[in-house]
Amino acid sequence: MEEKLQGILEKFKTEKGTLIGVLQDIQEAYGYLPEEHLQEVSDALDVPLSRFFSLATFYTTFRLEPIGKHHVCVCVGTACHVRGAPAVVDTFERELNVEAGKTTADGEFTMDTVNCVGACALAPLITIDGQHHGKMTQKKVQKLLKGYTSKA
Amino acid sequence: MAGKKRIELMICAGTGCVASGAFQIKESLEKELRERGLHDEIGVITTGCNGFCGQGPLMVVVPDNIFYGWLTQKDISHLVEEHFIKGRPVEKLMFTPPEEERPIPLLSEIPFFKKQQLVVLKNKGIIDPEKIEDYIARDGYVALEKVLLSMTPDEVVEEVLQAGLRGRGGAGFPTGLKWKLARQSPGDEKYIICNADEGDPGAFMDRSVIESDPHAVIEGMLIGAFAIGAEHGFMYVRDEYPIAVKRMNLAISKAREYGLLGEDILGSGFDFDLSVNRGAGAFVCGEETSLINSLEGNMPEPRVRPPYPAQSGYMGHPTNINNVETWATVRHIINNGAEWFSSIGTEKSKGTKVFSLVGKVKNTGLVEVPMGITLQEIIFDIGGGILDDKEFKAVQTGGPSGGCIPASLLDIGVDYDSLAKVGAIVGSGGMIVMDKDNCMVELARYFLAFTQGESCGKCAPCREGTWHMLNILTDITEGRGKEGDIEVLEKMAGLIKQSALCALGNTAPNPVLTTIKYFREEYEAHIRDHRCPAKECKALIRYQIVEDNCTGCTVCARNCPVNCISGERKKLHVIDDEQCIRCGICRTVCKFDAVRVDS
Repeated sequence: MEEKLQGILEKFKTEKGTLIGVLQDIQEAYGYLPEEHLQEVSDALDVPLSRFFSLATFYTTFRLEPIGKHHVCVCVGTACHVRGAPAVVDTFERELNVEAGKTTADGEFTMDTVNCVGACALAPLITIDGQHHGKMTQKKVQKLLKGYTSKA
Repeated sequence: MAGKKRIELMICAGTGCVASGAFQIKESLEKELRERGLHDEIGVITTGCNGFCGQGPLMVVVPDNIFYGWLTQKDISHLVEEHFIKGRPVEKLMFTPPEEERPIPLLSEIPFFKKQQLVVLKNKGIIDPEKIEDYIARDGYVALEKVLLSMTPDEVVEEVLQAGLRGRGGAGFPTGLKWKLARQSPGDEKYIICNADEGDPGAFMDRSVIESDPHAVIEGMLIGAFAIGAEHGFMYVRDEYPIAVKRMNLAISKAREYGLLGEDILGSGFDFDLSVNRGAGAFVCGEETSLINSLEGNMPEPRVRPPYPAQSGYMGHPTNINNVETWATVRHIINNGAEWFSSIGTEKSKGTKVFSLVGKVKNTGLVEVPMGITLQEIIFDIGGGILDDKEFKAVQTGGPSGGCIPASLLDIGVDYDSLAKVGAIVGSGGMIVMDKDNCMVELARYFLAFTQGESCGKCAPCREGTWHMLNILTDITEGRGKEGDIEVLEKMAGLIKQSALCALGNTAPNPVLTTIKYFREEYEAHIRDHRCPAKECKALIRYQIVEDNCTGCTVCARNCPVNCISGERKKLHVIDDEQCIRCGICRTVCKFDAVRVDS
């Protein structure tokens, strides 16, 4: 078993962690939840693999596939919704040629929607790689993406 | 915290301001002050959420109490020179009400702050949330000391009961009663939980409390744990709040260093410790029993009640769960007394409540007001009225469990019972303001899509019922509505409310019911005339170019993402309706008001 994974299991045991905590640590370490690691953890903790898959597919923050180079999250909470978030989602989908929840064919961007980041005064808001961008408009999305695609 | 240097610059470092560049402003300020040799006399302190998020990045100059907002890095050099060297505060960086010409320099005079009454948010913008010493200097942990050294658990429970505090997470259940039930439950092993999952989209009260004043929550939990007889507490924080998670973890480690968490706290013999657990993006985890299941590593599905968590909660032990704001209120009740607390608010809704005032309102942000204040005062006096001076249409309170309140009811006092009477709820405190460009049918569809997506699937009324309601609403917004749909929606709503297993399900129909009640004519227009009066529903609108106004400048055609606008330079342009995706970009770029939306 890889050292990283061993460390995660050690932490779970010594800090009386939760199964979600284990999944969160694995995702932080590997960027997603690789099936082979879930199997190893399942064996080590004697928890059925199906339990891990239930949890991983129930909660929205978990990914079973690798993420793109850049992670775009568009907030679609109510405050963002009433200030135009649907148009922001549409623009990303159009410009990146990808559906919300999926990764672009070239692996550059994964685009997700999220149900409230809690910065509602900046609605509509997005994050790219954890960095917030507020008061988004369709034009701002286009401009922002140019900054990423021109660097590529 | 202010008071150590001649002047202190309190920079808001809540999530909103951080997103707008607060840390870059801080760096620029520190650099400028150092270069000018002022860093010994002028301090720069980052605080938690100030509340006036719409003005961020912002700072308050103490002790003058001057408010500066919408700061950019380019402003800093001029600001330092003018205000701190020449003694001339910079007017163009102050808050100026939209309809006025003169700014309002003092924070205490700005309407947004004037009508608020700060209890839970007492420390916001004043302390550095990462310094426990700041919290202690402002009566921090004084209530804990009083409780541990001079009160019995029963006395603490009684004080909270008499104060009349009701749970601030949304259900509004009397907190003292909840504590009493947990205290009376048999068992030596008990737990308390802080529900910081804050799932209602548009609500960020709990985030702000944790980011600005994490020790207030810890102190409340310590007091509650003592009252109930718990030795361990869980802080279940939403995963989407990384700053809040970080600050809470830091606060807990500081509290441990000071002996305020751990064993034999303050020499009283009382042991208690806390752990932070992150959520993972499931709205249903805001429901008590689902949250407990989540902590236990089970699927986060609600449990049948009884037994209630107070009798059988975490791992089958008596467990008390309260919301962040509820916990943060406790110390004030202990410090100032139940009588003081119950003198604020209304007969059955005591104290103050924090609301997130967002949407189409001028002054967006976080406000704390006494229960009973009217919606009119919140939205217009504090909120400054509607963005771009458009007409107010409705305010949505209580998130996906709540309802829409129309203009005719703006004089309602906000409290648990008054809002319930009109079909809405106070909920956790989200207050989304809408104008005439927001379609109420689309809003109902949006909320149903949310709750349907978040439904855990355990019970058929929620799982199947919300799915069917969503299908009907989607049909209505896409022009496939039929006569009788409204009646079916009302009937299904009633059935789901009666039979769903938890509050996610049995409140999911509320947005639909209130929008039907107060905006029935919009539903009818969608169904009978295939018309969206707000011109929001894409399937029911079309974009057209107005011949009289079009100058043929070609800007719309050049910006159209699907190239569906044709026309020669200086000649009338035309939109191909079949190709048009109703994105609205042509309308935003046209300088001649030549693009019209029809429904």
